[in-house]
Amino acid sequence: MRTDSNQIPMVKLTNTYKRFGDTTVLEAINFQAAKGEFISLVGPSGCGKSTMLKIIAGLYAASEGEVIVDGMNPKDAREEMAFIFQEANLLPWKRVLQNVELPLKLRGESKERRLETARKMLELVSLSHALDRFPWQLSGGMRMRVSIARALTLAPRVLLLDEPFGALDEMTRDNLNEDLLRIHARDQWTAFFVTHSAAEAVFLSNRVVVLSANPGRIAEIIEIDLPTQRTAELREDPAYLNYVAKVSHAIRTVH
Amino acid sequence: MASTAKKIQSALLPIVSGAILLGIWYSISYFYGRSVGYDVQRIIIPFPHQITSALWTERELLYLSTRQTALSAVIGFITAVVVGYALSMVLASAIWVKKALYPWVLVLQMTPVIVLAPIFVLWIGQGLPSITAITFMICFFPVVANTTMGLVSTDRNLLDLFQMSNATKTQEILYLRVPFAMPYFLTGMKIAGTLAPIGAITGDLFAGSSQGGVGGIGFMVILYNSQLKIPELFATAFVACMLGFVFVGSVNWLHWYLLKNWHESVRKIEHT
Repeated sequence: MRTDSNQIPMVKLTNTYKRFGDTTVLEAINFQAAKGEFISLVGPSGCGKSTMLKIIAGLYAASEGEVIVDGMNPKDAREEMAFIFQEANLLPWKRVLQNVELPLKLRGESKERRLETARKMLELVSLSHALDRFPWQLSGGMRMRVSIARALTLAPRVLLLDEPFGALDEMTRDNLNEDLLRIHARDQWTAFFVTHSAAEAVFLSNRVVVLSANPGRIAEIIEIDLPTQRTAELREDPAYLNYVAKVSHAIRTVH
Repeated sequence: MASTAKKIQSALLPIVSGAILLGIWYSISYFYGRSVGYDVQRIIIPFPHQITSALWTERELLYLSTRQTALSAVIGFITAVVVGYALSMVLASAIWVKKALYPWVLVLQMTPVIVLAPIFVLWIGQGLPSITAITFMICFFPVVANTTMGLVSTDRNLLDLFQMSNATKTQEILYLRVPFAMPYFLTGMKIAGTLAPIGAITGDLFAGSSQGGVGGIGFMVILYNSQLKIPELFATAFVACMLGFVFVGSVNWLHWYLLKNWHESVRKIEHT
């Protein structure tokens, strides 16, 4: 999972700027992530972490600089990417199964394949019992699982997560973090994970990118040298706690 | 069980209050009749039983005129819903289209339809065509205003989701914008539903005719009024009220039926 200079980067931002009117949100971002890396983006509010994610997704165009995803420009690489939003972002009028099959439906896959894949992904997030429910009948954590399952149906090579667990209670969030790592170990997508929580960032990532605010610049990149196989017990590990302290400190002191 | 008792109570309360109101009505009619004579009382504040007997003797005419009015109301309403929805799609298709057209939709709405009634009669003739057109004009705006609002206020994140999935414009409209706007559209339709019978009756007052045998409710109002058949006039009001209930009830049912599974405004409370 280490950054390997021989490997072609999966995501690469070269001297990237983003401006909205007169405000520079991102300044001179140079960053690359290899296949299978789990990168967290942290920093004070308004540091442009979500903007950076949306630029990689091709939802925003960079004002300056070059963004490459799997050798293509972001818009052309959409088929390789999935985005998980702050809210679960489900269609309230569709049942769980129909929500999960949506991306495949939009892509024009056959109904049979759609449903098969959707069922499989829902099994992966332990929601096989809730296929016929509507989103409002689910808890916040379950809704987020549906959202993850939906993102996985496209077998993405890059997964972009915009503070997905911010609104959940700590226990639910911890469980989802463990699930996410389990699926990551299986599928080896490259992840960009925006969060406010230093603990979450350390637990999930092999690198944590700390951004400063106004304008957003990369202030520090912290390598998390913890075993690849991570379980709940890691949260009591002194090495882990050390990293959490280090990241918290970095977020607090950036300017 | 407490809930059964509550149900009986809530069914009983309007009956009791209705009986009290009826009693008040009777006493007013009675005392008024005593002071000015019952001939005058009959054409100013008829007894409720005089109204019901008028309802019975005039049943055939009232039925036919109600049918006529219901027909105009339904045609005008459905046309307004269909045309209104189509126009909303056009208005929501691009910001410049809305900017160009919406002020003119407002101008149309702000012009009192009644003023246009003679023009409609001039253009498309008395009776059903004009009445339907007036109903249409009255029902049209709430559908357009609400549906357009729904179509343009689609959740930003959901739009991003569709964009990330490389959805086509048609897919975005079909699978996202239209269902998202459904509660807005149905709200517009509910407002239009309450206006449709009123529109048809008003239209009938101004453009109605008894050509082809029978006029609508508005026509009966003019007729009974000119003949000083006041209990019959009250009976007509009662029938118009019933028509309104049936109309609004149907539209509300449709609203409930289409949204019952997902929308907060109507879904049943359920705990999981």
